[in-house]
Amino acid sequence: MLQRISRPTAPRTTAAVLFAALALACAPRATVQSAASPVADAAPAAHDMSSMAGGHAGHTMTGLDAPVTIPPGALFVEADVRFMQGMIAHHAQAIYMSRLAEAHRANPRLQRFAIKIDQSQTTEIHQMQGWLRANGQFVPDTSSYHTVMMPGMLTPEQIAQLDGANGPDFDRAFLVLMIQHHEGALMMVKDLFATPRAGQDVDVSVFANDVVAVQTAEIGLMRQMISSIPQGRP
Amino acid sequence: MRQIRSFLTITAAAGVFAAAATAGAQTYPTGTDPRDALASGRLDAGVAAKGMSLVSFTTKPAQFDTARGLTFANSDLAFGGDYVYQGNFAGFTIWDVRDAAHPKIVSVIKCTTSQGDPSIYGTLLFISAEGNGNRKDCGSGGVQKPEDHMAGVRIFDVSDPANPRFVMNVETCKGSHTHTIVPHPKKKDVIYLYVSGSQAARPNTELAGCVNGDDPADESNSLFRLDVIRVPLDHPERSTVVTGARIFTGLDAAPRAAGRPARGRPAPTAPGAAPAPPPAPTGPRNCHDVTVYPERHLLAGACGSYGLLVDIRNPEKPVRLSAVADTNFSLWHTAVFSNDGRKVVFTDEWGGGTSPMCQKSSMMEMGGNTTVTISDDRKFTQHAYFKIPSAQTAQENCVSHNGGLIPVPGRDLMAQGWYQGGVNVIDFTDADHPFEVGYFDRGSIDPSPLGADVPVTPAPATPPAGGRARGTIGGSWGAYYFNGYIYSSEIDRGFDVLELKPTDQLSANEIAAARLVRFENYNPQSQPRLVWPAAFPVVRSYLDQLVRNQGLAAARTTAIDQALTAAEAMSGRDRRRALTALAAEVDKDVAGAKDAARVRTMAAEIRRLAAASR
Repeated sequence: MLQRISRPTAPRTTAAVLFAALALACAPRATVQSAASPVADAAPAAHDMSSMAGGHAGHTMTGLDAPVTIPPGALFVEADVRFMQGMIAHHAQAIYMSRLAEAHRANPRLQRFAIKIDQSQTTEIHQMQGWLRANGQFVPDTSSYHTVMMPGMLTPEQIAQLDGANGPDFDRAFLVLMIQHHEGALMMVKDLFATPRAGQDVDVSVFANDVVAVQTAEIGLMRQMISSIPQGRP
Repeated sequence: MRQIRSFLTITAAAGVFAAAATAGAQTYPTGTDPRDALASGRLDAGVAAKGMSLVSFTTKPAQFDTARGLTFANSDLAFGGDYVYQGNFAGFTIWDVRDAAHPKIVSVIKCTTSQGDPSIYGTLLFISAEGNGNRKDCGSGGVQKPEDHMAGVRIFDVSDPANPRFVMNVETCKGSHTHTIVPHPKKKDVIYLYVSGSQAARPNTELAGCVNGDDPADESNSLFRLDVIRVPLDHPERSTVVTGARIFTGLDAAPRAAGRPARGRPAPTAPGAAPAPPPAPTGPRNCHDVTVYPERHLLAGACGSYGLLVDIRNPEKPVRLSAVADTNFSLWHTAVFSNDGRKVVFTDEWGGGTSPMCQKSSMMEMGGNTTVTISDDRKFTQHAYFKIPSAQTAQENCVSHNGGLIPVPGRDLMAQGWYQGGVNVIDFTDADHPFEVGYFDRGSIDPSPLGADVPVTPAPATPPAGGRARGTIGGSWGAYYFNGYIYSSEIDRGFDVLELKPTDQLSANEIAAARLVRFENYNPQSQPRLVWPAAFPVVRSYLDQLVRNQGLAAARTTAIDQALTAAEAMSGRDRRRALTALAAEVDKDVAGAKDAARVRTMAAEIRRLAAASR
């Protein structure tokens, strides 16, 4: 059944609460069927991300390697399915990053911006999962970001860098890394549309174009925010 | 009624930085709203309304009847004479609305064309086409060969609404998510279509001459421009893409705080500090849509991370005047000018329209409207936010969406669709205090899963019974006032016709005055100037407003009301004399009135009415 967690609590957790959650996260990984929430997923500490090293290689893809069967008459192709599955992992990592903002004393404006990314991408994960489910495809949960490496996603070292920063240093690291992350999403859309016969399904096409519109806009805002971070040590 | 009081008295140049800081944490109002907790159902959902009532609801034509994702979703509306043109991702419907209580389907054209936003000019219907699955021949089944792919604007001749005739496809490099009609300032037989395309430029193999470049100023670059189509009305089959409107050039550096570098590499503060930001242009390369106000030669562009103000005196060479950005906005989506052209309401389509962004926990300053004023030197200043004040469920895709002005004299009123947040009427006369005047809302299409409020937890692979399994996209795509009624395009359910009802916030006279404004064609993103005839309801609208805002002493408003009633009972020269005398009395009220400007306007309206009485 659905695990009910009030959304705003996560970004507003104190460091202590966050660390408590980190401990919980050391419990065995949620399986695909257990619907681990992005909140629980937001918890693992940097060392926990090491499983991401090497991306696809040598790791389970939490079922992403499950075969794709395209029903007769469908307008989508395998690339559409892979895009939706991969973007769930991509979004989940962005949510993880966003939920670090408060505990790492990001400036208030960046904290609001992080909540916005969190709220936006959480609902988009639901959309992607809904589309995959409706089309009879494997539906990854958010834990897939531990094992799936998509363009722009942070390496364990980058996660460690972000997690080790505070205040303006965090702001700067967050913005730089989130720009990288968003640009990876744009790359994924570009690759999708460059694939013959892909992106013709209306839902996929609308969703992918929304990703481009929203994340391009956010990249612009993040660049502006970088230039407003105080120079030098606080 | 609720306003978010974040008085952003900042200039556009500093907009990016000041916005979020001044907007405090906003919460939904406590207490109950009749819209909360409405019963769900596709065709039998619970309904709540204030200040408006449903005149008719008609389901989709059978050809488009499905609740499967976005496929066959209804999109936007255009208005011409007795007909309303309703776009659909798979074609369009023409409704005969002569009897608003019983709209009749005149024709249904199946033509796969996401998203199918329509506009009408005379007998020509224009339909936006984007997406990789659209074919030149309108067929379904997808594009098999790249050369069959159609993205741009389809033109139909609807001189016989029962038998629309295909004229041509005009292809553009970025396709057409939306488009806006811009009449030629002098030539009556030429119009332009400003085309907002959301895709990257198409490959040369599909459409020759398209280039995905990095330099917004590069004339050969297709990416950073608004495409412009020139339509000769006598020969629409000769419509062509004439040029690109480069309204984005230089935008990456525009809205920054004074004295700060536009972009630039912050000095590293410690070993291991973040790497330098990656270099690339950051400004938008597309508007979701643009709204023009031809009478004032102005365009308000809702362009990704920016709201733009553009001079369109020369429609082929528009010039950007001002830009505003705001970290609280996700995607500047559409714009509505006030009738005096001094204000703009911008909407933010946070979540793309398919997500439930009006929940109790959703940020109030996002996914709603913002009011912006235009100064004498034609620069934007951002003022306040407005979002529907009722918390929607996780089952309801909801965010600020399309709307247009309601012609009530003396006030800035608009109707607006909020997807499954319903339709509402907003007063933005005071840019710092927009508020809600009325609404119409239905419960969600899908039933609520176990009372969950916020969908943080991804649904399990096997959804619970009754859960957000379908996540049907529905609700009002756009709601627009046209010749007496508010029409709303219901994405999933069909077509709604609504009527304004008097409340303490909107009088019968104001509603009657609105009905006096009639248009032959109406395309919400090509705003006509509202002009009222000399009429008693117009004068009485001002009087009602003075009573409501206590802009004039009660004894005087009562006396004026009686004098108007007496004059209305007269005719010809007697009426003229009585009204002229009344106007002279009202002139004297100006000095002592709290709302002197409105009293002065009312005196002028009484004089105009006197002149019309003979």
